[in-house]
Formats: sequence, C-alpha cells, structure tokens
Amino acid sequence: MSSELIVFLILAAVGVLSGILMITRPNPVNSALFLILNFMALAGLYITLHAQFVAIIQILVYAGAIMVLVLFVIMLLNLEDEEPLREQMSKRHYGSLLVALLALVLIVQVIGWNSGGTLETMREQSPHALRIGTVEHIGSVLFTEHVYPFELTSILLLAAIVGAIVMAKKRFP
Amino acid sequence: MIESYIPILLIIGIAVIFGVVSINLSWLLGPQRPYREKHSTYESGVDPVSTAHYRFSVKYYMVALSFIVFDIEVVFMYPWAVQFRELGWTGFVVMSVFIVVLAVGFIYELKKGALQWD
Repeated sequence: MSSELIVFLILAAVGVLSGILMITRPNPVNSALFLILNFMALAGLYITLHAQFVAIIQILVYAGAIMVLVLFVIMLLNLEDEEPLREQMSKRHYGSLLVALLALVLIVQVIGWNSGGTLETMREQSPHALRIGTVEHIGSVLFTEHVYPFELTSILLLAAIVGAIVMAKKRFP
Repeated sequence: MIESYIPILLIIGIAVIFGVVSINLSWLLGPQRPYREKHSTYESGVDPVSTAHYRFSVKYYMVALSFIVFDIEVVFMYPWAVQFRELGWTGFVVMSVFIVVLAVGFIYELKKGALQWD
C-alpha cells in the first residue's frame, strides 16, 4: 500500500465515524464538535487530492467561521438535549426515505463513474497538475479567466448581508 | 507529495498531546478538597439564579454573520495578494469592484443599525 492510500483510509475512517457520531449525539453542542472533526478529516482529504488552498480554507472558514454560526444558532434556539423521537411513519418520513434512496443511487453512480484517470496518471501526463490547487495558481486563474464568477460572488455575499439584516431586525431605529 | 505534510501532522499530534496531558496532569497533581460552595457556578459571588441555558439575543448572531461574510471576502484576497505583482492593474481593478460591492453591503449594515447594540 502506498502512503497516500494509508492516509486516505485513515482520513476517510475519521470522516465517516465523526459524521455518524455527529448525527447520533443527543446534545447539539457535541454534534457541532464532531462536525469540526469531520471538517478536519475533509481538509486532509483535500490535501491528498492536491487542493491545498481549498484544504486551508476548509479549516479557516468552515471549522472556524461557519462553526461559530452553528454554535450561535444552537444558543439562539436554546436547544436542549434532543428528545427521543416517538413518531409513527408519516408522509414526511416516506419523503425522507425517497430522498435517502436517491442519494444512495447518486453515491453508487459516482463511485462507479470512471473519470478516465487516477492521480498517478494525471501526474505522469503533466507535472503542472500537482500545483493546480496552490494559492499561486488559483490567484493567477481566478482573477484572469474566471473574473465573471468571481465578481458574482460579491453579489452573493451582498445578498447574504442584506438578507440577514432584513430577517433578523424587526424594526430599525 | 504527501510526505511533505509530516511536519503538519507532527504539530497536530503535539497539540493534541499537549491538551490531553496538561488537563490530566493538573487534575492528577492538584489537591482535591471539594465542598458545596466550590462546586457551585461562580456568578460574581452571588448565588446562581437560573441555568446557563437561555436564549441569546439575535444581536450576537448579526455580529457572527457579518464576520463570516467579511471573512470570506478576506479569503478571496489571499490568492490576489500572493499574485499581486503578476496580476498588475487588471487584478487591482477586479478586486476593487469586488470590495466596492461588499462595501455597499457594509454601509447598508451600518445605516440600518444592525451593528448597534441598543
């Protein structure tokens, strides 16, 4: 086994385990902590895929900033321990079952999908592919070839600010 | 290559070991003479009146949300800052448009008083 395969297996195991623990903890704060662990494992997986910038942003933005928001929501809603659900099968549950089935089909499809090359073949074909995820490369491409989507991001962020203010503030001084 | 990340793995390992060891060592070495007052929640010397679980004001949420939006803005500045010389004036103009659009949001936030505490 190559060292990369070992790293992948460890990170994947940590990711799946923390994901399962996240959805099964009764205390929402514990769930949030396991979500952080899940983000960390994902960041490691991004590094094995040569997406270094995405990996560091995953930790900075998701494990840092987004988790602050998640914890604030937990505090805002004043969530106590989750009460055991004693519901009967309702229409809503059949809907969830259908969505879960569709997600399973999607996952199986993606696993079976052959992208036409592994990381090894990609590396042999072009040594440049190794540096595709670095900050330098993203900087040189994002602000030249992908200017339009980049500027659209600012509109998206603007919509987030305005939307949050409109929803959170009932009346203004 | 993946081997070049071993120092980062080492740092993570040291951080985890330091956290676990220091917490357990202080518990192990410190004297433990518990009594009722010591175990009660410290609330400026006053007896605690209610639980720590209560609904927080939405104002905290507003601060957190604006933090995230401007955090993401800064994230886009990292690659720009690294490639600043190569991108030149086009990069500067592109980034200026991005910042101006977000500045509109910031001014809106200030004018609406979303960051005012009272």
